[in-house]
Amino acid sequence: MNLTLKIWRQKGPQAKGKIVKYKVADISEHMSFLEMMDVLNEQLIYSGDEPVAFDHDCREGICGMCSLYINGEAHGPDKGVATCQLHMRKFKDGDTIYVEPFRAKAFPVIKDLVVDRMAFERIQQAGGFISVNTSGNTQDANAIPISKHAADEAMDSATCIGCGACVASCKNSSAMLFVGAKVSQYTLLPQGQVEASDRVINMVTQMDLEGFGNCTNTGACEIVCPKGISLQNIARLNSEFLKASLKG
Amino acid sequence: MSVLDSKVPQGHLKDKWTTYKDKINLVNPANKRLIDIIVVGTGLAGGSAAATLAELGYNIKSFCFQDSPRRAHSIAAQGGINASKNYQGDGDSDYRLFYDTLKGGDYRSREANVYRLAEVSGNIIDQCVAQGVPFAREYGGLLDNRSFGGVQVSRTFYAKGQTGQQLLLGAYSAMNRQIARGKIEMFNRHEMLDIVKVDGKARGIIARNLITGELERHSAHAVVIASGGYGNVYFLSTNAMGSNATAAWKIHKKGAFFANPCFTQIHPTCIPRSGDYQSKLTLMSESLRNDGRIWVPKNLDDVVAIREGKLKPTQISEENRDYYLERRYPAFGNLVPRDVASRAAKERCDAGYGVNTTGEAVYLDFKSAIERFGKIEAKIQGDTNPSEEKIAKLGEGVIKEKYGNLFQMYEKIVDINPYKTPMMIYPATHYTMGGIWVDYNLMTTVPGLYCIGEANFSDHGANRLGASALMQGLADGYFVLPYTIGDYLSDDIRTGKIATDTPDFDEAEKNVKDKIDFFVNNSGNKSVDHFHKRLGKIMWDKVGMARNEKDLKDAIIKIKAIREEFWKDIIVPGDSNEMNLELEKAGRVADFLELGELFAKDALERNESCGGHFREESVELFGEQKGEAKRDDENYKYVAAWEYKGEPSDAVLHKEELEFKDIELKQRSYK
Repeated sequence: MNLTLKIWRQKGPQAKGKIVKYKVADISEHMSFLEMMDVLNEQLIYSGDEPVAFDHDCREGICGMCSLYINGEAHGPDKGVATCQLHMRKFKDGDTIYVEPFRAKAFPVIKDLVVDRMAFERIQQAGGFISVNTSGNTQDANAIPISKHAADEAMDSATCIGCGACVASCKNSSAMLFVGAKVSQYTLLPQGQVEASDRVINMVTQMDLEGFGNCTNTGACEIVCPKGISLQNIARLNSEFLKASLKG
Repeated sequence: MSVLDSKVPQGHLKDKWTTYKDKINLVNPANKRLIDIIVVGTGLAGGSAAATLAELGYNIKSFCFQDSPRRAHSIAAQGGINASKNYQGDGDSDYRLFYDTLKGGDYRSREANVYRLAEVSGNIIDQCVAQGVPFAREYGGLLDNRSFGGVQVSRTFYAKGQTGQQLLLGAYSAMNRQIARGKIEMFNRHEMLDIVKVDGKARGIIARNLITGELERHSAHAVVIASGGYGNVYFLSTNAMGSNATAAWKIHKKGAFFANPCFTQIHPTCIPRSGDYQSKLTLMSESLRNDGRIWVPKNLDDVVAIREGKLKPTQISEENRDYYLERRYPAFGNLVPRDVASRAAKERCDAGYGVNTTGEAVYLDFKSAIERFGKIEAKIQGDTNPSEEKIAKLGEGVIKEKYGNLFQMYEKIVDINPYKTPMMIYPATHYTMGGIWVDYNLMTTVPGLYCIGEANFSDHGANRLGASALMQGLADGYFVLPYTIGDYLSDDIRTGKIATDTPDFDEAEKNVKDKIDFFVNNSGNKSVDHFHKRLGKIMWDKVGMARNEKDLKDAIIKIKAIREEFWKDIIVPGDSNEMNLELEKAGRVADFLELGELFAKDALERNESCGGHFREESVELFGEQKGEAKRDDENYKYVAAWEYKGEPSDAVLHKEELEFKDIELKQRSYK
């Protein structure tokens, strides 16, 4: 298929960006979206232009490095996938495709389609852990039975890949789904109980400091999340936060 | 001839590690604060090492090229992690895990290292559970296990098909705790481009800030390389796009020996290639072989009809299917080790039985498992006479529970529903057992320079068993290196900060800068990918699943020629003082172009078939094992460690003879 691409180009963090139009031809429907971008970049290199910078790494939907806002949707038109798993069969010959970076105040553009997600790092550093040192003497893994239900639910929350699609899609640029997923994982497991109050307070405080917006229960985040992290995680975050605040 | 000292402690195999730990020198807590350690890479090995060393009190500087440590490619490991817990009571033990790993590696790994690995495996599971890793559990609340290739017990712990992700997020959380305390200084989007040696010891690195392009000098009392494997030398592999061998290759060029580069794992169950534009290959976890059965049609007519789209695999009757693994290896069936399964697939496809248009695909079929599970579920629900539809529905539910994310991934990529139609799979490069040579302390041939995880060579011999990579990465980082590095650093408590304004750092930085300047200034006409793809094709065609003398010699000549062309014709747009992804790739491919040649040279030198290294000249000619790989213990029972001497062709071979005091060397039979 032949396609027109309208891509956000921005030389650097301070530079002014703009949409630039490109054409690509003979794109196979079996290609992934990023493979189509590879084709474009090869084309640009041979014509003496600079290739489009975009983040990507594992290309199997698990590392969370790829981003991209494609035709107005984080990770594009397919559901339950990251951009790297989006395939060209979701598009038609002659389509015009808009490709932009994830946009949020807390995610400044570094170059072209690459954004800075360090805010997510700092939130995790504020409390996304269980304070247990490595030693050869931790108690046996089977010492505390955990119900299958709780373990499975914790796993569902833990599958968050930290891509930031939730933030990019939220009209308030809220990071509640991302934070809720981490808080939920530990809340659902006995190991996470000990420092539950400190964790939720610290993570939410950092989230606010980073300039993410509030949640108004629109649910766009859940729809675009490549891992299907549910809104329940936000509900749990709210209740954990309330509990912790009341405890003082 | 050898200058290699493995430093394996004396004593009985089972006592070595304990005795060693009792006798090593320690660094007291106050002195640990005076010591800096650089860790390059934040996967399971690097992440766990950085966190643990920081907990102990050392000052850590940690580097990754991604925007977060959580993106390291350990995240993509699917199936699970082995540990000899024997929770299932099926006869597992440290010794059995050791034995399986050594045998699975075709007796080309170091006995003492492998035993230590098995010994600490149980601790890993304890540690991860304490960190909040949500492993799969049974209804009683205890941990669940499954089985992997090459073993006859269930010792694999898992978190759906995302075990690597959960373990890495565990290590990442431990790192975050230390970053918050300031004990780890984290350098995201930084790439190590050279090692700096002072008086022969590793004392620092030159790193490039990938956002600004700035070159930075970082010093430390010891440097740990945990940068993963070199599978991307094949261009197409299951590795991440950014996975590279640059850190490992740079230290090789500064004196660290590179061991067994030809030991590379071609994983049997990956989604087949679909076209020339393909940028990477996707793994379908080995765990699928617990329940999936591998087959091709028995009749070539059926193969032709399938390729032409006139016949569907589901229309082929049982008697017309060749379940070739079950036929050839009745004892292990679909769960033979990876190297065996991969060669068997290649054998069938070379014989013309490949089931897609490229002729390079076999089926992985879940129909029997769906039926079996469906019947069990129906019975649990009290339905003694369930309909076929109900059986299928219930069975698919069980399969979804176990492998849901893998099935979804397959469907998204191929656009075929694998619950209804068998998956198509074919082998692809996945893991590299070879790597930087290290002694028992995980130190390379350069003092103060350590190498852990996939980047080193030590534990998997010529073939790695499934679910053992995660085990090794975390064992090295959580439980081995923190002891062994202390022994070395105990001499450094009075050294003080290492200065970076010295001639050694000047020279290292200048070399890095010169190369970068060359790339951005060269007026060539071919892209980095152009060269990488050509290298990959030679590696796959001539240094792939089956190798012979003629092809290997040819590969060496061709790789050298591509390398020369690369340095003439490469084009890298953009500047060095900004984010420049082509520049990053160019440096990595330059290193692959050297490594590839050493790889072929090593494969040529090892005229035996063992594990993932199959030489067509070395096969069994008679008897039950006819056509199987033939190992040659008399002549090749050693680790081939290469010393850099300029061109890859000048590399000098050093041999570490392997001693097996506790185990009898046998032919690996899975029949």
